[in-house]
Amino acid sequence: MLGLMRGIWSYRQFIVDSVRNDFANRFARSRFGFIWMVAQPLAMVLVYALILSEILAARLPGIENQYAYAIYLSAGFLAWTLFFELLTRSLTLFIDNANLIKKMRFPRIALPIIVVGTGLINNVILFIAILGVFAALGHMGGLELLWLAPMMLLTAMLALGFGLVLGVLNVFIRDVGQFVTIVLQFLFWLTPIVYPLVIVPDEYRHLLQYNPLFPIVSAYQDILVYGQAPVISSLWPTLILALGLLLAGLMLFRKASPEMSDAL
Amino acid sequence: MMDSNYLMEVSGVGKAYSRYRSEWHRIASWFLPVSPSQETWILRHINFSVRPGEALGVVGQNGAGKSTLLKMITGTLAPSEGQITVRGRIAAILELGMGFNPEFSGRHNARYTASLMGFDAEQIDAMMPKVEAFAEIGDYFDKPVRTYSSGMQMRVAFAVATAERPDILIVDEALSVGDSYFQHKSYDRIREFQAQGTSLLLVSHDPSLVQGLCDRAVLIERGAIIKDGPPGDVMDYYNALIAEKENSAVEVRTLEDGKSQTISGTGEARISQVGLFNQQGQPVEYVRVDQEVELQARVTINTNLRSLVFGYLIKDRLGQSVFGTNTWHQDQVIEDAQEGELIDYRIQFPVKLGPGSYSISLSVHADDSHVSANYHWWDHAVVFDVVNEQHPYFIGVCHLPATISCTRQPQ
Repeated sequence: MLGLMRGIWSYRQFIVDSVRNDFANRFARSRFGFIWMVAQPLAMVLVYALILSEILAARLPGIENQYAYAIYLSAGFLAWTLFFELLTRSLTLFIDNANLIKKMRFPRIALPIIVVGTGLINNVILFIAILGVFAALGHMGGLELLWLAPMMLLTAMLALGFGLVLGVLNVFIRDVGQFVTIVLQFLFWLTPIVYPLVIVPDEYRHLLQYNPLFPIVSAYQDILVYGQAPVISSLWPTLILALGLLLAGLMLFRKASPEMSDAL
Repeated sequence: MMDSNYLMEVSGVGKAYSRYRSEWHRIASWFLPVSPSQETWILRHINFSVRPGEALGVVGQNGAGKSTLLKMITGTLAPSEGQITVRGRIAAILELGMGFNPEFSGRHNARYTASLMGFDAEQIDAMMPKVEAFAEIGDYFDKPVRTYSSGMQMRVAFAVATAERPDILIVDEALSVGDSYFQHKSYDRIREFQAQGTSLLLVSHDPSLVQGLCDRAVLIERGAIIKDGPPGDVMDYYNALIAEKENSAVEVRTLEDGKSQTISGTGEARISQVGLFNQQGQPVEYVRVDQEVELQARVTINTNLRSLVFGYLIKDRLGQSVFGTNTWHQDQVIEDAQEGELIDYRIQFPVKLGPGSYSISLSVHADDSHVSANYHWWDHAVVFDVVNEQHPYFIGVCHLPATISCTRQPQ
C-alpha cells in the first residue's frame, strides 16, 4: 500500500499532465470545446424536460418554480453523469491504455486516478453550467450547496469501486464490459432520476433500498431542488459499499497486475 | 544476495504464459490454489548480470524470446519465476514516440513523455532546453506533431528519452530509422553515456552494431541463453546456427524441383548446392570487410549440353549490381557436358565491400549472357552481411582503402 502511494506521488506530474491533456485535446481544433463538455448532459435534460414535463411536473411536491421538473432532472443528471462517466471509463481503462501498459513502465494505479481527476473536473464544470441554468430559471441555491462536495466524492468512490473491480475483470473476460453497459441502462431507469419517487408504487418502493445510487441521487435532489441538507443516515450503506468495493478493487488490481500485460 | 559490482542481475528468470480452463479459473487462481491447464514457457533459466558501463548485446532469431526478456527488464512484463534486480533508472528506446498525441506540439509531447518517465515539473523544465537543442528541428518543436515527418518525431522522442543519463539504457532496432546524421549523433550520445557509467543493453540483428558497440553478447535461442561471451564469438556462433538452417533450406528447394519464383530456367542444368565459406571452409553469413571468402556451387547436368557458363552477381540491399561476372569472360566455358555430370565451382574473392547486406544471384547458361539458353537462374541464392570490424569507419558500397596525408603549411 505504501509502495502504491509512493508510486502515485512520484508520478504526480504524469497524472496532472494527463488530466490537463485530456482537456487540451478536446479544445484542440475545436472552436466550442468548452460548450461540448456540458452540451451533452444538458441536451438530455432538455429532451426529457420537453417531453415529460407535462406528465410529471404536477407530481413534484414541495417546489413552487414552474420549471420544477427541469430543476429536478438536472439534479439527478448531475449525480448520474458523474457515476456513469467514471464507471464506463474505468471499465475500459486498462483496455484503452493497453499500448501504454505493454510498453512503458509506470505505476498503473495512476490510470484510475487520472480518470477520477478528469471525471470530477468535468462534473464541476457541468455543475457550474447547471447553476447558471438554475439562475436563469429563477432558482437560487444557498450554503447547502457545499454538501455537494462530499456527495461528489462519495459518488466518485462508488463509481471507482465498481469500475476497478469490473475494469480488471473486463481485461480477462470482455463480456463483463458488454454486460455492465446493459445493467447501467436498467440502473438509470431503476433510480428516480427522470421520475419522482412518489410515482413508484408503494409495494415496490422498499426495493429501492437495494440500489446504492438511490441515496446519492436523493441527496443531490435534496440539495439542489429542495435546498436541504441530505439525510446522512441514509448514506451509510452506500459509503460502506463504496469503501468495500474500493478495497476489493485494489486487491484484485494488485493480484491481476502481473498478468494484465499478458492478457492485453 | 546481489553483488554490489552489478548494476543489473537477472537470476533464474523465466516467463510462461498460462492457460486456464476458463478465465474465471484464472481469476480464482489469484486467491485460491487453482493451477493452470497449460503453461507455455517462452523463456527459462535466464541468468546474466551487467556491470556499470558494460554494453551487452542480446542476439537471437525472431521469436527466440528477446523482446519478452527486454519487457521483463523494463518492467512492463512480470517474470513468472526468478528475479530481476536493477540498481538505478532504466530508460528504453524501444517504442520511440509512443503515446505522442498528434494534436500537441513537440514540446508538449516531450514534456508529457518526460512525466511518463517519472520526472517532476522542475526536472522537466530543466531538461526541455536540452531536448530542444538535441532534436534540432527548429521551429517545428512548437508545432503539432501531426505536421512532423517520421524522422522528426523520432528525433524528439530520442532526445527526450535520453535527456537525462539513465543507469541502464535499452536500445533496439528502433534507432535504425531516421537520417544517418541523427543516427550518428544518437550513437555518440550512447557512447558518451557509456563512458559515464551507463550500461547498455542492445538488441539487434545487425552484427556491425553489436560488434561495434558491445563488449559482451548473449545469444538467445528457443527461450534460453545458449552462448554468453565476446561479441565476435557469439556472432560466429549465431552465423553457424543460421547457416545450419540455410543449408537444409537449400535441400528442400532442390527437392521440390525449383518451383519457387526466384528460380527460373529450362532446367537442363541446375545449381543444386550453394554456399559462402570462409578460409577455414565454414559457412558464413557475416563477413568482415576485406575477408577472403569462397563461393561454392555445384551444378548438375540433366541433359547433354554443348556449352555451360556459370555466372554470379552480387547485389546490395537495394538490388543494385555491385559486381558480377561469369566463366565465359574468364575463359572457363565447359563444353560438351554430359548428362548426369556434376560440376563444382569455387570462386574465391576478397569482400572489398562496405558494411551492409548483400545477396548473390547465380545462373547457368550457354553463352556470354543468360539471355539465350538460360538453364537455371536463382535470385538471392546467398545472402550475407558485411561488417566493418578492423577498418576506420567508412560508408558506401565498396572498400577503397585510403591513405590520407595532411600537411600543415608553415605560415
